[in-house]
Amino acid sequence: MILELNNVIKIFNEGTIDETVLFRNFNFSVNQGEFVSIIGSNGSGKTTMLNLICGSERAQEGRIFFEGKEITALSEYRRAAFIGRVFQDPKIGTCAGMTVLENMALADNKGQPFGLKFAINRKRIDYYRSLLEQCEMGLENRMHLKVGSLSGGQRQALALVIANMTKIKLLILDEHTAALDPKSSQTMMYLTDKLIQKHGITTLMVTHNLRYAVEYGNRLVMMHEGNIIKNLHEQEKKKTKVQDLLDTFNAISIESGNGV
Amino acid sequence: MSVFINICKVTLEEGFMYAILALGLYITYSILDFPDLSVDGTMPLGAIVTALLILRGVNPWICLLCSFFAGAFGGVITGALHVKLHIRPLLCGILVYTGLLSINLVLLYLFNQGTSIASFFRMPTIFNTGIGKLIPESIGGFYIRTLIVSFFMAMLCKILLDLYLKTKSGLLLQATGNNEQYVIMLAKDPGVSKIIGLALGNGFAALAGSVIAQSKGSADQQMGVGMVVLGLASVIVGLSVFKKIPKIKATTMVVLGSIVYKAVLSTALALGLPTEYLKLLMAVLFVVALVVSMKKEKHKRRPAA
Ligand SMILES: Nc1ncnc2c1ncn2[C@@H]1O[C@H](COP(=O)(O)OP(=O)(O)OP(=O)(O)O)[C@@H](O)[C@H]1O
Ligand SMILES: [Mg+2]
Repeated sequence: MILELNNVIKIFNEGTIDETVLFRNFNFSVNQGEFVSIIGSNGSGKTTMLNLICGSERAQEGRIFFEGKEITALSEYRRAAFIGRVFQDPKIGTCAGMTVLENMALADNKGQPFGLKFAINRKRIDYYRSLLEQCEMGLENRMHLKVGSLSGGQRQALALVIANMTKIKLLILDEHTAALDPKSSQTMMYLTDKLIQKHGITTLMVTHNLRYAVEYGNRLVMMHEGNIIKNLHEQEKKKTKVQDLLDTFNAISIESGNGV
Repeated sequence: MSVFINICKVTLEEGFMYAILALGLYITYSILDFPDLSVDGTMPLGAIVTALLILRGVNPWICLLCSFFAGAFGGVITGALHVKLHIRPLLCGILVYTGLLSINLVLLYLFNQGTSIASFFRMPTIFNTGIGKLIPESIGGFYIRTLIVSFFMAMLCKILLDLYLKTKSGLLLQATGNNEQYVIMLAKDPGVSKIIGLALGNGFAALAGSVIAQSKGSADQQMGVGMVVLGLASVIVGLSVFKKIPKIKATTMVVLGSIVYKAVLSTALALGLPTEYLKLLMAVLFVVALVVSMKKEKHKRRPAA
């Protein structure tokens, strides 16, 4: 088991009139090498779960383990040493005011001290270029441009490359193709899968695209109102079709009284 | 004619000296995106530390370093208040400035026989020892040492800052101002980066205080009044006026901005503006520079990707 969430309780605005209990006794675990697609309606708690794993939010109760060690109290930046993350918003995964090269030089140094040595090592540039070429978006010819002048799709591809530049043990993707047009989204998904296969990296991918959820990954999790209501492993997942998932979505919304 | 040349010379001298302060504000305001008001306190702190040390016979070049570290320490406090206690940036600056008002006076009272101005006329300064001494005192009747030494100091600071910004630490500082989440993803604490940036910014401010005090031969608390506005105005003027020049570095623009800003002030004074109005003019110029630079931004901004 690489990741384990035990009896997690997450309450927003505790003790106020806006109090929302999202997770009560939530349990979730991921095995080494799994590529988990996570789906679920808006507000079902997908992002919050990822935030708890990455340490951007704290649970009221419960414990989180990574490779057997407890990380419940570890700060977000310390967890980032072994976690890579790509957000829905392409702006978050890169620095707009700096060039592609500068962004990559920083990412290349992750895990090492940021001292007074020069940041850009000319000998590494060819390697950076080869990473960018894999994206097939022409990024390799834009290394000296400010990231802010790239398109959303290019920025997101760069963010994905950057998240994988140093060895990470867990990759977290939160609707990372959602802001892209259908073509870029497809390219991005293809690139993601290629990277994950190459490094054999354990991945959690949240998506609203049911086709991606079905096609990619070897485990499928569906969340609803803070609970995991579907958890399909390898063989079961292979048998699942987009229509099955749609049916489940409809069944849920009928239950919650807003069916079609 | 010689009056005119003299005005130009003084403008350049002051422009270069205050450029060091402006570089400090460039670090905190532009790079780190942290509006730092503690500079009004750390600049005179640097001046007073230098004055007291020179009066005790310390080498004036060493005094520059001491002042830098004194200012950097002030910056660390500002940063720690924000990072550790989560106090808003503006308030952190005001708190450190207010605290320094006392500290600066206490330093003067304790080590300068209870007077509020530390004078050290005719004592050794960077303008008359070391490389300062190598420069001929005057050319064609114009005293040029101050101009050359202040130019040298401004360039030294600019080049050191340029080099620093190319290092890993410097790049991380830029990333911190750009996107904190990015720094977190690099497994680095953005709080530490902010504290380093504020230490550098205030170190530069105090260094400027030291140089300015050495050129005047005295130091007091009053010197700090309006320094944030002056420094920020230089940064904003520099970055908006010289943007068009190809391949120009931001730090160069800031140094030039400081000179332009000083030139406008001295022109106003030469045209007969009473000195009482100087601070008001400083504030008005600041607003004008800010509005003009914001207008330019707006025209340029393209629709979000
Ligand atoms: N900071 C917060 N304060 C209060 N409530 C919050 C906060 N963050 C999340 N919530 C609530 O928790 C619930 C789950 O939100 P979350 O963002 O995890 O959903 P999600 O599954 O990622 O949804 P989406 O598909 O829309 O991204 C929602 O009801 C949301 O309103
Ligand atoms: Mg979400």
